[in-house]
Formats: sequence, C-alpha cells, structure tokens
Amino acid sequence: MKIHEYQAKHILHQFGIPIPRGHPCFSVDEAVAAAEKLGGSTWVVKAQIHAGGRGKGGGVKIARSLDEVKQFAGKILGMTLITPQTGPQGQVVRRLLIEQGLDIRKEFYIGLVVDRGRRRVCLMASAEGGMDIEQVAADHPEKIHKVYIDPEAGLTAAEAEDVTNRIGFSGTAVAETAALLQNLYRAYDSTDASLVEINPLILTGENRVAALDAKMNFDDNALFRHSDIADLRDLDEEDAAEIEASRYDLSYISLDGNIGCLVNGAGLAMATMDIIKLYGGNPANFLDVGGGATTEKVTEAFKLMLRNPRLQAILINIFGGIMRCDVIAEGVVAAAREVRLHVPLVVRLEGTNADIGKKILTESGLAIISAGNMADAAEKAVTAAASAAAAAIPATGS
Amino acid sequence: MSILIDRNTRVMTQGITGKTGQFHTRMCRDYAYGKECFVAGVNPKKGGEDFEGIPIFATVKEAKQATGATVSVIYVPPPFAAAAIDEAVDAELDLVICITEGIPVRDMISTCQRVEGRKTRLVGPNCPGIITPDEIKIGIMPGYIHRKGRVGVVSRSGTLTYEAVAQLMEQGLGQSTCIGTGGDPVNGLRHLDVMQLFNEDDETDAVLMVGEIGGTDEEDCARWVKGNMRKPVVGYIAGLTAPPGRRMGHAGAVISGGRGTAQEKLAVLEECGIKVARNPAEMGKVLKSALG
Repeated sequence: MKIHEYQAKHILHQFGIPIPRGHPCFSVDEAVAAAEKLGGSTWVVKAQIHAGGRGKGGGVKIARSLDEVKQFAGKILGMTLITPQTGPQGQVVRRLLIEQGLDIRKEFYIGLVVDRGRRRVCLMASAEGGMDIEQVAADHPEKIHKVYIDPEAGLTAAEAEDVTNRIGFSGTAVAETAALLQNLYRAYDSTDASLVEINPLILTGENRVAALDAKMNFDDNALFRHSDIADLRDLDEEDAAEIEASRYDLSYISLDGNIGCLVNGAGLAMATMDIIKLYGGNPANFLDVGGGATTEKVTEAFKLMLRNPRLQAILINIFGGIMRCDVIAEGVVAAAREVRLHVPLVVRLEGTNADIGKKILTESGLAIISAGNMADAAEKAVTAAASAAAAAIPATGS
Repeated sequence: MSILIDRNTRVMTQGITGKTGQFHTRMCRDYAYGKECFVAGVNPKKGGEDFEGIPIFATVKEAKQATGATVSVIYVPPPFAAAAIDEAVDAELDLVICITEGIPVRDMISTCQRVEGRKTRLVGPNCPGIITPDEIKIGIMPGYIHRKGRVGVVSRSGTLTYEAVAQLMEQGLGQSTCIGTGGDPVNGLRHLDVMQLFNEDDETDAVLMVGEIGGTDEEDCARWVKGNMRKPVVGYIAGLTAPPGRRMGHAGAVISGGRGTAQEKLAVLEECGIKVARNPAEMGKVLKSALG
C-alpha cells in the first residue's frame, strides 16, 4: 500500500526524523492560510499524489510571496499531473503540502528496501541525492553504499555511523545523521514498511539534516496489525476497477488491451496474458480469481471485466485443482445472466471437473467458443477480438 | 530416488484442524501411500485428540518424538504461520513445507535468519507443496494429474505448474518430483537449491524450471546450471506483458526498479545454455525435444 508524502513525513516525524514544518491542504484558501501560519518568506507548494517524479511534471513550485502561494496552489490543485511514474493518463491532484522553504547546502539519498537475495532489509545511502536513484544504480553502482541489516540486531550505531561517513558527512552532522538512519530503520521495521525513501535528505546551511521528501510503502500482508496505517489508504489514487476487485478479494490489474482474462492462479494468469500477446492480441487485465473462488466471486470478476469499455473479447483459462471447473462455469453462467454479454467468450477448462464445467456452459445456451488448450484459447480469443473490433469500427476506405 | 520426499517420508500437519488443513490432509492421505505417510497433526490446544484417526499433539516436538515424523506441512493462518515454521525448525525437522499465503515479509526475514545454518530445509511459504508422483503428495496440488517418471519440475507458481505437468503428460513424460518454491519475495529453497538436488538425483533425467517476474532466483539458478548441471534444463518465465511496479498476484511477482523483468531473465537463461519455451503452451514440447 502506498501513502502520500505528507503522511509519510508525519510517520517519520513520530520516529524522531527531522522534517520541514508544513501542512496538508485541500483548497487554495487552506494553502494560503498554511503559508501565513508557517511564516517566513519562502514556501514550497507540493502536489500530493502517489506517483513520484512530481517536480518534472510541474507539481512542485517554490513560492516567494503569499500571492505566489495562492497562484501555484490554484494551478496545481485539480491539475492532471503527468510524471514518468503516472503513465500518460496522469493523476488528478486533490491534495497539497505547503512547507517552509529550507536553505539546502547538500542533498543525499537514503532508502530502505528488502533485498530478496540476502533475505534482509537493505539500507542504501548515496551522496547523489535528488537524482533518479535507479539511474545512479545503473551508471555508478559504486556511489550507492549498502548495509544489509541483521533483523535481530537492527541497524547498529557503528553501521549507521560508518555509512554516514562514507556518503561524506563530517563533524557534528555525523552523529545526527547516524541517529536519523537508526530511527529510519526503526520506522521501517515497526510499521512493516516495504519501502522507505528520503530523496533528498538535506544538509541545511545551519548544518542540520532534514527529510525534504519522503516516500513510504507498506506490506499489504501486514496491514492487519496496523489499522492506523490502513486508514491512510487514499482510494482516489487507485484504479476504480482494482478497488472494486479488492472488495471481493480478487487480484485484478487494469491493462490497456482489449481481451479480458479470467484465470485461476497468478502464474497461469501472467502466462495467459503473455500468450495472448504472443498470438498478436493485447490483454485488458490481469485477473487471478484465486484458489478458493466461490460462484459469487467468479460472478463479480466477470462483471468487473464486462465494465471495461475497451473490452472486445474474454478469455477464461482455468486449470482446476482445488478450484473446480464446475464452480467457474456456474459463476460464468450467473454473471452472463446478470450482465448482458456483448463480447465473444472463449473458455478453456482443464483439470478437476472440467467435463461437468463444459457441460454446464454448453447447456446454458450462452454463445461460448470452447478451446482445447492454452494456445488454442489464445488464438481464438485474438481472432474473436479482432473481428469484434472490425465490426465496431467500420473500415473507412482509402 | 526422487528428491526430498518419498513413500517412506513421515509427515505431521501443523494447522490440521482448520478448514484448509482438514481438507488437504484428507486429500494427501488418500493419495498413493498417504495413509502410511501422514502420521500426526499439531494444534497447541487440541493435543490428545485426533483428526479422523491421525493423532494430534500440542507441539511439533511431541509429534516428532511420538511418531518419528521428520517433515511438516503448515496450513496455519498468516499471522501465526512464521511462528509455526520457527517451532518446526527448533524441533529440528528435516523439511518444513509452508503452504500459507499472506505472511508478512518482516516475519519471514526473521524466520529465514533462524533457518540459516540449521538442519531444516524450508519450502515456501505461499507454495503448492511437493509431490513425488505415485508415492506421496504434501500440499495442495491435484494428485491425479501426475504420474511417476523422470522429469523434475521446479516452479514458483501453483496452477502454472499443474499446466506444465499436464503438458508433460501429453508428451508421455512422468515426473520424478515436482516442487513449488512459492510466490513470496522472501522464502526458503529457491530454484538453485532445488536444481542442485535434481542434479544429484539418479531418477531425474531433465528439469523443467518454471519462473516468473521479480527477484533473481531464475538467473542465479541459470548461472549455476551453466557450469555444473549434467542434465538438460528447460525454462519458462511468466510475465512478459506484466507492467512494472505492479504486484502480479504473488507478493514476489513484481518488477521493481526496472529489475526482475521476464526479458532480462530469458536473456540470462539463454546465455547460460538453457533451452527456453517462449510460448507457455509449449513447455512440455520443448522439454521433450531437449531429451533428444
């Protein structure tokens, strides 16, 4: 789960990490009031969306007067911000963060993430702050200093101090930064985070450190023990179909193709998307109905796909193990009765009770294209989608 | 032989009294030599009772002492599953297979640290389990699709592995052992560990490695295969069309920071001389051709 920058900073502040003074705002008036309250002569107006790269898209502005605060807040609030991480459709800005401007002397990068190979949390620190860290990792891996943290001991004072020295801190800032790193790991560990990034961590003109930006993601599987963090979920930042899917415990991801896929199991669902592409089509979604799907769950999954305006065919690929094919078939029939089925439906059933499932589908009277194996199913779905597309858009002769 | 498990393996089920544990214990008991193999259950509050004739013990240690079981399969719910693995490790079992999906990563990091340097091998979590066809199945895969044979299968997935097995069967190829390492980012045995076991197994002639996006398990395994493997290996990687940064169902199936893409993995596999099936409908066919 992702949260906004201002929420991440609030959490980090609770763990003793210095952050700029600031206030989240939902309107231009609130933004101006916040700037007045902060005082000073420089403010930063920051768009709050979950995607990174906001500055590049015009979502971060430095204001040197209250008028400018008003002007920038008005411009950013409600804008569709397009960044390298939002995709071409962008994301509407509904929240702002107004912060005091700080005197930046130097910028650093700090990140915490799981290193799968070593089965440990990895602290990454670099003097190349404010940059795209993936680019730094690719071009100059030697500029990223890593500590693989022992889960029993945590990040030790010695480790924290060593890495602080290695990224170029000196003098009184060393102790302060080392303490910050230890606090950051405590924040990561005790909130079950999956990612914490401070980019940049800054050294100010007064030789103090502060988290100028902050990003926190959390392990969905651990949210059951962090209801306070689960409450920070912002549904405006998520895809409507994916929110609906999560209500039924379905794993769904919207894609930009036209062939809907309903599959049991994540690996098989990915393979189904891949084979559609291989045969010249484009998947409209990833959808894993899971191992213990009920008829109701399958019905909802089916309805979800049918809501997609781009949809031109559906491919159902089920390998029945624990999940029985007759349950899938019943769900498909129930869904088709509830929602008008306006696209061709290709079904491939294999495994437990496949024959019963096929019989249910045949006897339902639904126009179903039955497929013998994955390749056959993909080929038929791609052909069906192509003819549906051709029928929908009359060819304009040249 | 086969790897890790055979008809002589004695198994206890942790979480035997839950709905999932009951269902799959029945299915496993009814498969091949299951009646002799599944000898104990564990539930801290139900020691002394039994599940359809299988005695239940309060602790793993007691179950091991009383029945000689050296392998455990875990269906305990996610908040308690890592502690269940810890208990099995502390009781010095040979093998722990954790089926549970949804264990927090932080719990698994601590648990994996505990496993390190101990005698216990961990498979999973979030995996379908292990089957040595016509002898024993420990896990949730449908037993009837498998037959005894000489192809080893290692995969991070569930149903995609069943698909692979069905394709092998279509080619007339049975399996020595099929093992699902699981879809989580932090887990026990990986492709490489399993590949080493298959290399040493007299009854395995070739290995089908089914991978997916995320992490570097497949690449690590491929690099080892290049210099060490004495048997043909065929690989398939799911997720060529997966968008970056999105978790594709499995917690571990995610392209992060531009790493762990299917393209990258396929390239490494091919560099290392592994025959690759690009079409998921052709895993069986390619394996058959690799056997020559």
